[in-house]
Amino acid sequence: MNKRWHDMGGDPADALPLRDGRPAEHDFALWEKRVDALMVLMTTKGHFTVDGLRRAIEDMGPEAFETMSYYDRWIAAVNQNLVESGVYTLSELGQRMEQVARRGPTYGQASLAGA
Amino acid sequence: MPHDHLSPSGHPYRADNDMPLTYWQCMEIAMRELLIEKGVTTTAEIAAQIDAMDARSPADGARVVARAWCDPAFRQRLLADASAASRELGFDIGALRLIAVENTQDVHNVIVCTLCSCYPRNLLGLSPDWYKSREYRSRVVVEPRRVLAEFGLTLPDTTTIRVHDSTADMRYIVIPARPAGTEGLDETALAALVTRDSMIGTGLARSPA
Repeated sequence: MNKRWHDMGGDPADALPLRDGRPAEHDFALWEKRVDALMVLMTTKGHFTVDGLRRAIEDMGPEAFETMSYYDRWIAAVNQNLVESGVYTLSELGQRMEQVARRGPTYGQASLAGA
Repeated sequence: MPHDHLSPSGHPYRADNDMPLTYWQCMEIAMRELLIEKGVTTTAEIAAQIDAMDARSPADGARVVARAWCDPAFRQRLLADASAASRELGFDIGALRLIAVENTQDVHNVIVCTLCSCYPRNLLGLSPDWYKSREYRSRVVVEPRRVLAEFGLTLPDTTTIRVHDSTADMRYIVIPARPAGTEGLDETALAALVTRDSMIGTGLARSPA
């Protein structure tokens, strides 16, 4: 049976990842909450759909699942959908990312516009 | 972390924000600024969305479960249409179809999303990491007893385990069985016994102390 990589039900896999002896959880960082908020706001406003998010994530392939965090994959997928729907262009984003990275080495410093 | 990176106000940054900037964090900042500049969203709208998300927690789902334990008519409505019944208690379920599955003496229900990470976030808040892991998604549909044992939950062999696979548009929530010895408790006290994992199916409701 052919199925795509994201269709994981029944695949062989290891024991659940543990943290402090319990199945792993973590407190969400501010940037992760912002990604989640942007996803909800952009789909609510009709710039793309949850299916669009999933399509972009599924097209990343299995490597992305191992090398990128959950919200890494989400921001990449939200970006792809926003570029496709013409909300901004890839070059606008690239230029802004260069500016952001020049502001400082941490998320907190890079978040300060005009710094 | 050493607190040698102080913000302009003289306070250290949150630990979360103190780590080296990653490529994807940089993208989030850039995207957010572009969306605000273009008038697609506002800083206030993003903050309000985060506040709304932070306000959601398993305590919301626990209120629904406790009401179902106490009010047979509500329980019927919840089993018939969990979205509508949850809205009765003031919860925003959005356009999702929410389905409540009830544990009984003989049947234990567990939820998963094998395809991605669909979760009843409107009643439970954001999902735990393990719910989104390859290990949980792959295995709980074929060896649920072993997976539940990793949560410390061992069910009798006579219990039927039903695993429900969610989709983006259709999500499940488990109504755990009401613990014994809770006959005299009011709805608020009952809600305090309803854990997040009991509404995913990887745990049971707590017994009263």
